[in-house]
Amino acid sequence: MKLIMAIIKPFKLDDVREALSSVGVAGMTVSEVKGFGRQKGQTEIYRGAEYSTNMVPKIKVEVVCDDDLAPRVVEVVQQAANSGAIGDGKIFVLDVAQAVRIRTGETGETAL
Amino acid sequence: MKGEIMTISKKLCGTAAALGATLAASVPAWAQDAAAAAAPVPNPGNNAWMMTSTLLVFLMILPGLALFYGGLTRSKNMLSTMTQIGAASAFAMLAWVIWGYGTAFGPEGNSFIAWGKYFLSGITPDSTAATFTDEVISEYVFVCFQMTFSAITISLVIGAVVERMKFAAMMVFTPIWLTIVYYPIAHMVWAGGGLFFDMGALDFAGGTVVHINAGISALVACIILGKRIGYPKEPMPPHSLTLTMVGTGLLWVGWFGFNAGSALEANGSAALAMINTFVATASAALAWMLVEKLAGHKPSALGFCSGVIAGLVAVTPAAGNSGPFGAIVLGAVASIICFIAVSKLKPMFGYDDSLDAFGIHGVGGIVGAIGTGIVYAPGLGGPGGADFAVGPQLVTQILAVVATIIWSSIGTAVAIYVAKALTGLRVSPDVEREGLDLGEHGERAYN
Repeated sequence: MKLIMAIIKPFKLDDVREALSSVGVAGMTVSEVKGFGRQKGQTEIYRGAEYSTNMVPKIKVEVVCDDDLAPRVVEVVQQAANSGAIGDGKIFVLDVAQAVRIRTGETGETAL
Repeated sequence: MKGEIMTISKKLCGTAAALGATLAASVPAWAQDAAAAAAPVPNPGNNAWMMTSTLLVFLMILPGLALFYGGLTRSKNMLSTMTQIGAASAFAMLAWVIWGYGTAFGPEGNSFIAWGKYFLSGITPDSTAATFTDEVISEYVFVCFQMTFSAITISLVIGAVVERMKFAAMMVFTPIWLTIVYYPIAHMVWAGGGLFFDMGALDFAGGTVVHINAGISALVACIILGKRIGYPKEPMPPHSLTLTMVGTGLLWVGWFGFNAGSALEANGSAALAMINTFVATASAALAWMLVEKLAGHKPSALGFCSGVIAGLVAVTPAAGNSGPFGAIVLGAVASIICFIAVSKLKPMFGYDDSLDAFGIHGVGGIVGAIGTGIVYAPGLGGPGGADFAVGPQLVTQILAVVATIIWSSIGTAVAIYVAKALTGLRVSPDVEREGLDLGEHGERAYN
């Protein structure tokens, strides 16, 4: 099993969700996060006091799927989240050791 | 003098100011004559307008100023800011009826202070207070109207000391400051026999008493109190400019009671104050945003709000003492100078006037008070008589400003040091980091 973690621009969330559904991903976890990479933050000015905010708001999407589906998931997320501009985000793929469905106790890929 | 006729104890308004000091000297004699003739009865129209104005000024405090200031603080200090304003105002109301009214407008007095009428003794529903003409209003209404002014002035000072001053310290500071700073200055400016009143200083609605006084006191208080932890390195952006904008709107609306109400009648002088309160403020709001743009920033919401307040402050002494176009220029000039004060002067000197009570009320008040001596001139559309001379009036205005600055600086230092001795003045560093809402009040603004 793989954990695919994608950091994307907030306004791309709907596109990514639709793309994931289209390849058969049945569930995902979404969080609002902040961070920075190459994209610059904004400068805020209040009565002349300047604050540069280094952190940019992003959305983190996490999906766990079986090994065979993983390359396809990465591909559709990369396409859906792409706007061609700096700050489009990153996708990380991690190995998952175990998954458990809490209600039934099922484990492994059947729990996904 | 009979009980129901109080001594002339009013603000100079456009019509009265034309007569200047002569009027001030002649009115007590007139009042005695009138009392001998027949007890004057308040015109219900004037009474109704003054009751309305009183509530408009109260609207400026709660919720106006509370939201304006609250939105500018960090969310962990929202309740502390609003509660200090509410509690200090409530305290000011009680102090006013017990000893404040007597100290500012009592029947006996000298150039600096008055006495008598403590606990409102002798005032009945039939008592009247003089206006600037031969009309009168109910004295209870006058007491309430002036009460709201004392309450908003102490509330304005809070803007410089928020986010670190103890609630208890504010409760000690409030009565001392009102007694040694506000009441004497109100007496000097507005009461017959008061120092500035007799000098002929023009202050329609309280530019010196309220704004310069609050602004200078705010500056002195915040310097003695010290900076907030982390200022100016740590970002301290306003937590809700939405609420600040709501508060700004309430302040602007309420200010019509403050300025037009200061005519003490629903007459032409009030009408002049009303139109000036619209146009000076509009011009100041746009001027601030324009200067922001010229300084290389974006025209901002906070810039709009700051411009509105700067314009309102500047037009306060000029409200009935200026033509509409003089007021437009005065508003714009005050706005530009206040912008420089808060965005350049404050960082340069490094004091932590947290919400710019000095930068806007103090500086805008000084610009307004001095500018009033200019825009009063008939050649500029002001209501001054044909023989009005700008030069001598400017000297009078500046003298009143300087005297107010000295008086309120010394008085504030005394009041703050007494509060420090009794309460410690500042919250502990832990409370300051966690926020005064939890540390001082045991609540959070947002759950």
